[in-house]
Amino acid sequence: MDTFLQQLINGLTLGSVYALVALGYTMVYGIIGLINFAHGEVVMIGAMVSLSVIMALLGAHAPLPSVVIILAGLLVAITVCMAIAYAMEKIAYRPLRKAPRLAPLITAIGMSIILQNLALIVWGRNYLTFPTLIQPTPYNVLGASMTDLQMLIVVLAGLLMAGLVFVVQRTRLGMAMRATAQNPQVAGLMGIDINVVISAAFVIGAALAAVAGLMVMTYYGIAHYYMGFLLGLKAFTAAVLGGIGNLAGAMLGGVLLGIIEALGAGYIGDVSNICGFPFLSDSLQQQCAASEGQVSMFGSNYQDVFAFFVLILVLIFRPSGLLGERVSERA
Amino acid sequence: MTAHGRGKSVPPKVWAGVVLVALALALLPFVAALAGQAWVRILNFAMIYIMLALGLNIVVGFAGLLDLGYIAFYAVGAYMYALLASPHFGIHLPFWVILPLGAGLACIFGILLGAPTLKLRGDYLAIVTLGFGEIIRIFLNNLNTPVNVTNGPQGVNLIDPFHVAGFSFARAQSILGVPFSGPQKYYYVLLLLTIGVIVINIRLQNSRLGRAWEAIREDEVAAKAMGINTRNVKLLAFAMGASFGGIAGGIFSATQEFVSPESFGLFESIIVLAMVVLGGMGNIPGVILGAILLTLLPEVLRSTMEPLQNALFGRVLLDAETVRLLVFGIALVAIMLYRPAGLWPSAVRKRELEVPKVVAE
Amino acid sequence: MSHLTLLIAEDVSKRFGGVQALADVSFTINHGEIYGLIGPNGAGKTSLFNVLTGIYAPDGGTFNFDGEPLERVKPNEVAERGIARTFQNIRLFQNLSALENVMIGRHVRTRAGVFGAILRDKGTLAEEAAIEKRSYELLEYVGVAKRANDLAKHLAYGDQRRLEIARALATEPKLLALDEPAAGMNATETQALKRLLEDIRRDGITILLIEHDMKLVMSVCDRVLVLDYGKKIAEGTAATVQNDPKVIAAYLGGEVTLNLKGA
Repeated sequence: MDTFLQQLINGLTLGSVYALVALGYTMVYGIIGLINFAHGEVVMIGAMVSLSVIMALLGAHAPLPSVVIILAGLLVAITVCMAIAYAMEKIAYRPLRKAPRLAPLITAIGMSIILQNLALIVWGRNYLTFPTLIQPTPYNVLGASMTDLQMLIVVLAGLLMAGLVFVVQRTRLGMAMRATAQNPQVAGLMGIDINVVISAAFVIGAALAAVAGLMVMTYYGIAHYYMGFLLGLKAFTAAVLGGIGNLAGAMLGGVLLGIIEALGAGYIGDVSNICGFPFLSDSLQQQCAASEGQVSMFGSNYQDVFAFFVLILVLIFRPSGLLGERVSERA
Repeated sequence: MTAHGRGKSVPPKVWAGVVLVALALALLPFVAALAGQAWVRILNFAMIYIMLALGLNIVVGFAGLLDLGYIAFYAVGAYMYALLASPHFGIHLPFWVILPLGAGLACIFGILLGAPTLKLRGDYLAIVTLGFGEIIRIFLNNLNTPVNVTNGPQGVNLIDPFHVAGFSFARAQSILGVPFSGPQKYYYVLLLLTIGVIVINIRLQNSRLGRAWEAIREDEVAAKAMGINTRNVKLLAFAMGASFGGIAGGIFSATQEFVSPESFGLFESIIVLAMVVLGGMGNIPGVILGAILLTLLPEVLRSTMEPLQNALFGRVLLDAETVRLLVFGIALVAIMLYRPAGLWPSAVRKRELEVPKVVAE
Repeated sequence: MSHLTLLIAEDVSKRFGGVQALADVSFTINHGEIYGLIGPNGAGKTSLFNVLTGIYAPDGGTFNFDGEPLERVKPNEVAERGIARTFQNIRLFQNLSALENVMIGRHVRTRAGVFGAILRDKGTLAEEAAIEKRSYELLEYVGVAKRANDLAKHLAYGDQRRLEIARALATEPKLLALDEPAAGMNATETQALKRLLEDIRRDGITILLIEHDMKLVMSVCDRVLVLDYGKKIAEGTAATVQNDPKVIAAYLGGEVTLNLKGA
């Protein structure tokens, strides 16, 4: 029971981050039908930039309070990420808006590689450690432990998502976004500048990605030029799981995927324990004897596989996702 | 009026050209060796990449299905060879047994992946194949406990090179008084295999099946209405592409005598895709050109960039590998924006990827 | 079922959300006739085509084609059974040559597979030669042979329509279903199309024709089915249908009827 609740809490934390990133995928996909492959790299850039700013401020002569340092890092990261996303859309995607689907997908892959290798040049190949500005304090929640950092991540992610829903549902920009998602041509005829709407989707997604980047970095304590790839892929999976193009779906999918992963990693070892099987080879029997009957076919090092299996299963059995409507092929 | 040039007598000029090209290809490893045996190895690599890129071209270029996990089939072929011809399991089968087995297994994997996923729309298919590629890599990385199948991240080494009876392709030896190095001997085997793969690809493209692939790429609904069983035909494209990947993987294993999961990451998939896109999707000569260019590029960068930076800055600021990937990324974007049909487009493919000036209807 | 009938549709229905696109439509098409399908825009003509050719599954009703039921059949199987179609908004393989387009139509009547393609054995080469020859003949038959090696999308509009017919004929259909073949054609082209339709019929192929050009329909069709709001409102010879008050009302629209009432 303890493991279960503990994994649930860990999954919820990670899932909140996935949800934030997934929103970026889902907004862009909902409006222009593009898988913005480079979105994960935007998360990575967000983490890296905030880290650089934080390190620079820590090295400054006048000691600043931690909160100010982190907020400064976050603000700079958000600005940089928004600028990158805006430029990326304008340079690599906008000219291809009417091209066959494969073309923008390939430029998206290209942008992903470019961002990743630029980061490699700027920040190097090594893992960068996040300074211990926040010392997470664990609290007891029904027998499991949840740190204040985890709580902060979950609450902040929740607030940001609520804010996004407000923007999309209640503001003029949000209405323009929804209209463009329904039918860009007609939205254009109604006087909506669809270029602005599309840029806005990219830029808002990038701001959320920057926050998510800082969150992951503080949570794991490290950053790396390659961190965006897997994170992006999982967030995309989350978006598909919830129903791509659907905001609530992205949030639900993110949290669910986080929990699936955490529970999967927590239990796969027990589930795939082979010591109870008959006909084990001698060497396996020895391994079982040596490890008190705990020899798993698959350990927690398979954690990353879950997301992909979930993705494949969802696409095969429910391609429109949990909350998605059935979408027909847009030519 | 014969579209494929059948039944025409070949003019002497063409024959002379063929003889000249054949002569050049035969002498190439000796010319390359003047610059060092390393360049012969690079030539061999270029041919492995040509096979891989042509395999992917069947899927992406002919049938129009974006496969981002193609390298998984290469990995399947490579590990098949590694496990059946190395001390790891103590099995040492000859290469002409393993290569077809590897192609067959890759083909089965292709069908297993394709059967449930090919009904998905194009961009979803791309992501699912990407996920599949990662799954294969994670399994290769971790299948060393509790039963050691793949030897995990350390990979498998001491893999047998190609050999027929007592003749090994890895050893240097004199044949008829001419000294041949290991890579030079491999060169000729690879050349034969590559030519075989090219011929098969050309024949596939100009066949009933090739036309069906192109029909699906152009308009799937119309293709169905013409009686094409699109599911089977797409599956066949997946299976054929995968088989070529499997063969290339086996050859890779044998020439390197070492494999590890590191060689089969997403970026390998993207590099092969870049070859197909850069050269010209769907056009066989273009894809070959793309594979050669992108194999040579990092080597040229290595041999020019680093001395250049040393001379300019006194140290190496950017290593060739990073620059190579950066160039790949820029190339993918630039090609799609400015030359969507690639460097050597086929007349057919060129028009489809052009951005229409006027939106239809 | 008489040996004269080729297709029997019974109570075919199809609903899209709240729209009843087809409501219990029944009709029969005889061997060798040109059967017209007309009705105002949105009457369900193209829906009927799509249900018949397996693109959509009907919600109710059955088709019987050439003596056998046509149920839960995929579009490619429909083509194999002998129904070929064209599309209202031309769907050629744009970036392939005209000849290649027709050659693809031969797919369903030929057999060569992977091994044939790779080995190029005698049988495969003979089949390829036959495909090419037959495709070229079909291009001549519809009158676009001169453009055989041009990309489909570079053909003039009327030529594209005729190329689509050639491609459909290449599948050796028993029933050729044409969706507005005269759309966008001028009078001369329409005249040529009429002669082509009559030639096709003379060669023993039954035609199902959706068309807005009433002059063409009335002059070429043996019988006509009229749909309105998914319902069959009339069926019969061109002359009978033309004078049916329900048909006139459907075409002139509800507004006229209202005005008449008001007057």
